Amino acid sequence: MEILYAILIAPFVEMGAYPDLFIQALWDGFVAGTLYGLIALGFVLIFKASGVFNFSQPILVVLAALSLVSFYKLGIPAWISVILVLIMFYILAWLVERLILRQLVNQDGNILFMSTIGLTFIIIGAAQWIFGGVPSAMIVNELGFPNGSLEWPMFGGGVYFEMIDVSAAVIAVIMIVILAVFFSKTKIGRGLRAVADDHQAALSVGISLNQIWVIVWFVAGIVALVTGIFWGARSDVSFALQIIGFKALPVLIIGGFTSIQGAIIGGLIIGLGEKIFEIYWGPLLGSGVEGWFAYVIALVFLLYRPQGLFGDKLIERV
Amino acid sequence: MKKLFIGAVMALGTAFSSVSLSFADELLVPNMTYRVGPYAANGTMMANGFTDYFLMLNERDGGIGGVKVKAEECETGYKAQVGVECYESYRGKNALVHTPNSTGITLQILQKAPEDEVPILTMGYGLSAAAKGETFPWAFNYPTSYWSQMTSILSYIESQGGLKGKKIGFLYLDVGYGREPIPVLEELGPKMGFETLYVPVAGKEMQNQSSHWLTIRKEKPDWVIMWGWGAMNPTAIKEAAKTRFPLDRFIGNWWSGAHVDTQALGSKAKGYLASSFTTTGTDFPAIQDMIKYVVKPGGSKTEMGMPGKVLYNRGMFNAVIIAEAIEVAQKMTGKKNVTGADVRLGLENIKLDEARLKELGLEGFTAPVIGSCADHENGGSIFVQQWDGSDWKRITGLIPPMTDVVQPLLTAAAEKYVSDKSGWTTQKCN
Repeated sequence: MEILYAILIAPFVEMGAYPDLFIQALWDGFVAGTLYGLIALGFVLIFKASGVFNFSQPILVVLAALSLVSFYKLGIPAWISVILVLIMFYILAWLVERLILRQLVNQDGNILFMSTIGLTFIIIGAAQWIFGGVPSAMIVNELGFPNGSLEWPMFGGGVYFEMIDVSAAVIAVIMIVILAVFFSKTKIGRGLRAVADDHQAALSVGISLNQIWVIVWFVAGIVALVTGIFWGARSDVSFALQIIGFKALPVLIIGGFTSIQGAIIGGLIIGLGEKIFEIYWGPLLGSGVEGWFAYVIALVFLLYRPQGLFGDKLIERV
Repeated sequence: MKKLFIGAVMALGTAFSSVSLSFADELLVPNMTYRVGPYAANGTMMANGFTDYFLMLNERDGGIGGVKVKAEECETGYKAQVGVECYESYRGKNALVHTPNSTGITLQILQKAPEDEVPILTMGYGLSAAAKGETFPWAFNYPTSYWSQMTSILSYIESQGGLKGKKIGFLYLDVGYGREPIPVLEELGPKMGFETLYVPVAGKEMQNQSSHWLTIRKEKPDWVIMWGWGAMNPTAIKEAAKTRFPLDRFIGNWWSGAHVDTQALGSKAKGYLASSFTTTGTDFPAIQDMIKYVVKPGGSKTEMGMPGKVLYNRGMFNAVIIAEAIEVAQKMTGKKNVTGADVRLGLENIKLDEARLKELGLEGFTAPVIGSCADHENGGSIFVQQWDGSDWKRITGLIPPMTDVVQPLLTAAAEKYVSDKSGWTTQKCN
């Protein structure tokens, strides 16, 4: 009876007793969710274009954040540094297309996947060699993002809104909307879907596979940069940022590997779910449930809706 | 065919001569480092301090006892399985001592050390029970263990308003390292009258701690003690500030109080506390020599400005203990080219007292480390340092551990560890 009370009643009593904490948890979950969605978006874009799970997306986040900070440390103004990082990512996208993807057209998906693992290790080695291992602070103030926090007093407590979190949520949402429109309403977006369905069929109707891949890898680089800026601001800019990149896995399973909307909805489900579950139910399980909660949700989806909420259902005729 | 035969003989000859050369003309000191991966920021600093000290000895003194030291790095990425591979790669190469730089790796190789007769030095990390020299003849955790450290931290909190009736939050990296001091908290909580709130942080969540800190906000502990590493530390400090937790009631262990944890945060981390057993700064002749002989001439991977930082100095001190053990071993055996077994004896007989520390150019750098057969941790004292917004400042004198509490726990843990290991090598100490 006691255990049933602890599971079914006590958490809701606590939510009612300390509404400020509950609202804070919802806000933190929302911010984390949008950022998870942003990470997942990088994977979705490349998966849509080539049907490949891009293992290198997390290290692209690290590369973007480290490059930005390093350019700034060289004395280059913050926004010029952003432009230089974007140019760098365009060159990288072009190189990836020329040296890897072009050589592997129509190869098995696993081969393409393995190539992104190889790319990851190349980037790790190069970045380590160039940037070293000392962590840096993200240059959010220099980029003009607001500092400090807003406090909303309520019920004897308060809810704190960090301005950088507000910026992160707003920019993530804007970016997702722009990308959703771009890839669903423009010629390039339709081309991208055609490429994802069948490389050879897309080529036969005049779609430039190479151009599409360069664009998609470049856009994934932009997403990596935005992700790196905001996750870097929450912690520091170091190779450890790579770890958070893999948080996108359960998000993708829930939202679907091919859906931009799915990335954000999946991100929010995980972000809000894990915060609320950790705070109100976590202590019953010894805390630290956030580490596996997302994967349990993903497992449930795999069992009952393997294509995710918005993913394309795979139908294979034999 | 004849040419092939001659070539093969020459190749074999070269190979054997290089092996014998490495045995005769250098002292091999492997170091398991992590310059890549999520903990690279910390691992790089430690590795640089370690290697630079031996490079300095080679340049300044011609090595130890006239034999050059080969401080060789093996990259682990802080992964236990890679650490084991590193360990295996040194079998049969006359490695003098292993430095795993990870509690997880230590736990994997601990049983191999007696068989290979190469001691393991886990300076301020690893298995706390390894302090019992009679049970663990081949493992050392000078200058002190996690369990001793935890009691010193609790003593500090006791001196800042007492522990009785207080709630202590324990925020820890949810791996072997982070879980290591839990038995001490479980033992001392009821005795000293405090309650512990355990808040584990999974490795992949270390940059994503908002819910952990909301739990802390909900439970309202009076103090939070952190056993963190890598990016977990700056993230925790940021989240503490975000949830308005007073930073002068937030104390990290000695792996949670480095410049890499706070420098990027600057004034946002002001007030945060951490324990330490090594002093920061370059005002020591030994460190000046490292700069002069190694860093400035460009013989190091270290950038100028890094010597003197917390982890660089600690990596150096790890090398100091090893160098001292080798020198003692040379004197005890009369051999210049000592073996792992000799260095084990050296570790048990080192005498880094104040006079010797002064002689080494490290006066006031740390508490003395006096080796012994029975006590492989030295029961060393710590001090508390505080981040002032731009640097770490020492704010206490040396705080000794609660030996009366820790020793029985260590004995019981050591007995438990070996209880299911038949044929475990022990030793008798007088």
